[in-house]
Amino acid sequence: MSLILSAVAALAAICLVAGAILGYAAVRFRVEGDPIVEQINDLLPQTQCGQCGYPGCKPYAEAIANGDKINKCPPGGQATVQALANLLDVEAEPLDAPEGEKPRMVAYIREAECIGCTKCLQACPVDAIVGAAKQMHTVIKDECTGCDLCVEPCPVDCIDMLVVGTSVQNWKWELPLPPGQLIATDREQAA
Amino acid sequence: MSAETKIWDFPGGIHPPQRKDLSNRTPIQQPPLSRRLTVPLSQHIGATAEPCVTVGERVLKGQKIAAGSGFVSVPVHAPTSGSVAFIGPQPYPHTSGMLSPAIVIDTDGLDEWCALAPCADFRSLEPLALLDRIRDAGISGLGGAGFPTAVKLTARPQQKIHTLVINGTECEPYITADDLLMREKATELMVGIDILAKLIEPAEVLIGIEDNKPEAIAALRAALGERTYQLRVFPAKYPSGGEKQLIQILTGREVPSGGLPADIGILCQNVGTAVAVHDAVVLGKPLIARITTLTGEALARPMNVEALLGTPVADLLAFAGLDAQKMDRLIMGGPMMGFTLPALEVPLVKTTNCLLAATRAELPPPPPALPCIRCGECALVCPASLLPQQLHFFALGAEHEQLKAYNLFDCIECGACAYVCPSTIPLVQYYRAAKADIRELEQKHQKAEHSRQRFELREERLRREEERKEEERKARAERAARAKAAPTEAAAGPGTPAAPAANEEFKRLKIEASMAQVALKKAEKQLAQHDTAALHAQVAELRAALEAAQQALAGAQADAAQSAAPPVADDAALKKAKIDAAMLRVQIRKLEKLEAPDDEQQAELTSLRERLAAVERTLAAAPSNVPAPAPRPAGEEALKKAKIDLAMKRGELKKAEKAGADEAELTRLRDALAGAEQALHAAEDASGKPAPQLVRTDKRPIDETTRTLKTTVAFARADLRKLERDANAEPAALAAARERLAEAEQKLAEQQRP
Repeated sequence: MSLILSAVAALAAICLVAGAILGYAAVRFRVEGDPIVEQINDLLPQTQCGQCGYPGCKPYAEAIANGDKINKCPPGGQATVQALANLLDVEAEPLDAPEGEKPRMVAYIREAECIGCTKCLQACPVDAIVGAAKQMHTVIKDECTGCDLCVEPCPVDCIDMLVVGTSVQNWKWELPLPPGQLIATDREQAA
Repeated sequence: MSAETKIWDFPGGIHPPQRKDLSNRTPIQQPPLSRRLTVPLSQHIGATAEPCVTVGERVLKGQKIAAGSGFVSVPVHAPTSGSVAFIGPQPYPHTSGMLSPAIVIDTDGLDEWCALAPCADFRSLEPLALLDRIRDAGISGLGGAGFPTAVKLTARPQQKIHTLVINGTECEPYITADDLLMREKATELMVGIDILAKLIEPAEVLIGIEDNKPEAIAALRAALGERTYQLRVFPAKYPSGGEKQLIQILTGREVPSGGLPADIGILCQNVGTAVAVHDAVVLGKPLIARITTLTGEALARPMNVEALLGTPVADLLAFAGLDAQKMDRLIMGGPMMGFTLPALEVPLVKTTNCLLAATRAELPPPPPALPCIRCGECALVCPASLLPQQLHFFALGAEHEQLKAYNLFDCIECGACAYVCPSTIPLVQYYRAAKADIRELEQKHQKAEHSRQRFELREERLRREEERKEEERKARAERAARAKAAPTEAAAGPGTPAAPAANEEFKRLKIEASMAQVALKKAEKQLAQHDTAALHAQVAELRAALEAAQQALAGAQADAAQSAAPPVADDAALKKAKIDAAMLRVQIRKLEKLEAPDDEQQAELTSLRERLAAVERTLAAAPSNVPAPAPRPAGEEALKKAKIDLAMKRGELKKAEKAGADEAELTRLRDALAGAEQALHAAEDASGKPAPQLVRTDKRPIDETTRTLKTTVAFARADLRKLERDANAEPAALAAARERLAEAEQKLAEQQRP
């Protein structure tokens, strides 16, 4: 009998100690905010373009965490949809964009036509346009995310969105065609 | 000297047919000057050089035509004299066949040098001056990668280089450029190594060379002389010329994964680079030419040439007797690591060590790839001890995490695995593609992170700006109200300054209350949308603030109703009101800083704030006369006001004492009381002459001594009372206190008597 009692007591003691540790840990290592939102936000391209219908990438990340669809990010493209699907363990859907996936763009101001209204400066979410009132503006190419937001407010339509093409510097090798996918005559050519 | 010194081996490696005797039987030749040279601006790793000449300008041989932009960049020099014909995109030796910015020079055939600055005694130069010379000469690694040499040589304080390795290995088949260079320029090479050694000050210098170049070895031995450099000869094996492999052969040490040789205190330089360093420092000549192997069975006279950079490949091949019919493909570099050139118009660049014009029989096109049979040959020959077939499958499936886990980035793309693959799978292409994909994704991620930071900083900036504007707006409104109040007051005369000021106060409170309400509503709306703890806390705080504001408003209303509005002088009152507001704000901010205050705390804080607000408000009205002891208001008026002041202060103090307010608060109130008392005294003094009917006027103004004495008496009396009240007070102390009181009283009486 005493054996049983001591066993129960020992178990109870262990429970109490473990409970205390867990309780302490829950307070001490409490995670502020929703970590999944941060993870989703990390996968988004951070163009802050608002094409998803939310005012920036973070709000969209929050919306996704609350159950919104994962295919509303055109700048991220299918790769982002896939990454989000992997993270959230859901089915990857085709990208929901009218023009499909777009190549990476960068804004370009035709400086001769710029009247210096500063409207694009205010629209740029990442401060990638420099200029002052009645002074010519220009885009810092390396900071531009290609979000498009500066194009619409321009009163003289002097902003173009240019495709960032490949150059010798950023050209990359393509994966070879996997073996066994060509008919014999094409193999000769592919080689 | 060193053949018997120990050498090590690296894992794997292959022994392809060397075919070096094709091109190493003739001395280095000088090809004829081409009519037009195309000098690309980016022949190195790093930022593209910036052109510093204009179209039509005449340039001299060796003149700088493009300056390095940034730290990892090198300048470009004119290879010969002539005029600049074009600056812009031109063909470039690259697999993609894409154009790259270049400067095109129409040569004039004079080959006229610009002024050079030779330096016969490089030992007299400071290391920094040496580095500058190397950088200005546009030297980038001539082994193949083309990394700016000056950057590589720049001392890193945390990494002491103890071993300088000079790479004369040249392990790739067909290529003999370094072989011929060592044979013909051994002396220059040794001086170049001297310069590098002076710069780095290594403990030892190792020259690595494969045993298939006996003439070069003999030439180096002869040139070594008294130098202590160790010439190490080792058996030929591909890819022993790889930087990491050579280091392993010579020192037995492995460069850590993802690291640089500098991490283990070793620096590796190509023999060609060492000669270029010699030319730059001793002769003052920039890097405008290099030794290149022209080889392959499609050439009638395979050879090595010292060609000007920018010379079209077609011209060089023609010089070597190209049979265009026989040539199947043209490779830049060797057959293992080189790439097929898309066109013949491309120029010679700093990294072109070989042009291989191969016939179809010589380098037959690879047969179509077959599925991997998992034979494991590739793993046996991999010099980096990787698992090529695993990498192949991961690359096929784009499994980037796995690729990184299997150290894809330690692959040197030597091609040994593809060479031995029985299924002829183009393994290296898989690795290159996978590497490019991973790099691109990483860059994208970095860019996204950067953009996110910029976005957040911008949001923060906008928020601060908005806050500042709001504050300014408030200040403006206050100023306007004051300006409006001032004329009314003037009209009302000095006798009734209280009413408009009170009105003002009332208005302010009203605005504050409504603002608090709006803020609360906003926060509540947000709370409804995003339910977070922080928002909860914020809403609670705002609610409390609103309550406080409303309470203050109600108090003000009551005051107004009693029409016992405290006498407020406009300016001082407004100042006070401002301080009030600021203090309230500080309090609120403090509250905001509190993380998640519980209800009790909240209530306590609220009540505290209410009390504070009330006290502050009344205070705001009261001590307006303290700084200016009433010369303006008529004496009677002032006196009355001062008296009321004093009474109010006393009442407040008592109230606070009763309420058990904290010590600081009490002290503050006591100080205010003392101030009011003083003000009263001043008012009494001031009103003494113009208002003789006042009761106190016949009294002489109390002089300083009397006042002090009076105070002493009061204190003594208070002490005594305290002691009397105390049941267990010591009799001695009691007696002493009594004595002190008596003494003080006597003194006061003496003072007042005459």
